[in-house]
Amino acid sequence: MTGAGELNVMLNGRPRRVSAPATVASVVSLLDVAPDARGVAVAVDGEVVARSAWERTEVHDGAAVEVVAAIQGG
Amino acid sequence: MDAGTRAAGRELDEPLVIAGRRLGSRLILGSGGFANHELLAAACRAAEVQLCTVALRRLDPSARGSILDVLEELGVDVLPNTAGCFTARDAVATARLAREAFSTDWIKLEVIGDDRTLLPDAVELVAAAEQLVDEGFTVLPYTTDDPVLARRLQDVGCAAVMPLGSPIGSGMGLCNPYNLSIIVEHATVPVILDAGVGTASDAALAMELGCDAVLCASAISRAHDPVAMARAIALAVRAGRLARGAGRIPRRRYAQASTPVEGMPQLGPSASAQWASTA
Repeated sequence: MTGAGELNVMLNGRPRRVSAPATVASVVSLLDVAPDARGVAVAVDGEVVARSAWERTEVHDGAAVEVVAAIQGG
Repeated sequence: MDAGTRAAGRELDEPLVIAGRRLGSRLILGSGGFANHELLAAACRAAEVQLCTVALRRLDPSARGSILDVLEELGVDVLPNTAGCFTARDAVATARLAREAFSTDWIKLEVIGDDRTLLPDAVELVAAAEQLVDEGFTVLPYTTDDPVLARRLQDVGCAAVMPLGSPIGSGMGLCNPYNLSIIVEHATVPVILDAGVGTASDAALAMELGCDAVLCASAISRAHDPVAMARAIALAVRAGRLARGAGRIPRRRYAQASTPVEGMPQLGPSASAQWASTA
């Protein structure tokens, strides 16, 4: 159940409840990411949201938010 | 300096150019498998690489330090990949994330067909390559050693082709040097041997076959001494390139003496007979 003024989002595969309205920036901040952290990118429901748009992009109820960063590989 | 030395110098100094960008090294380091960032940094220094792959995964807030900081401090550029993607759709989405995360249009495109062999899925690979080229990416696809597939990737606009020598991490070397030769012969874009290198001689062979560069991860990161192996493989790439330019001799089934027979002294008992014949 979602309380009044709350949204359910899937953040990196884990269900999280956030207060509404929520932006990409506010959801990303749940991960303790420095706002200027380098090499971090976000997709909402599979679509990339440019960092410049994090503050103004609202996240809808049920959204899947993926926050990725560089690791060793390849 | 004589003419021969100058020619050799030219051969080594001629930079690798991909999509108009000059790269200072013909060895590209894959960053996978290093025990820590310090070891990766030491390997980068030992091999004097200019380009190093990175992958994208869900952000881990507990992760210590960023690989990006390590590479930046070394002056090594990032080559993001789409490792772990099984479909064109996932690979394209990952490439877009990489472009956003790293501010580069370059992508090492991997679309894997099964997780046991990690061999590329040709159908998905070509579809993803075509889409990414359309979106302005500089696409470097990891591919099989199939000359026809390499041509298809080149035809859709890939900036290089990266055939495997053998499966990723297998260390089996170059299983089909004949196919690799055919790929090199017909390529109009750089050919980068990707995957399968087990030790320095494999990298040298790839360059002797005419590959323009070698990408190597496991052979270095999982070696007993990764820093020494990084150096060894970097030298092998240079040696192989030089040997390719120098031109190997043809193989033949029988020996060919390198010392002339003419002028051989007669040293056996018949030497006295020789003297007698002049008397």
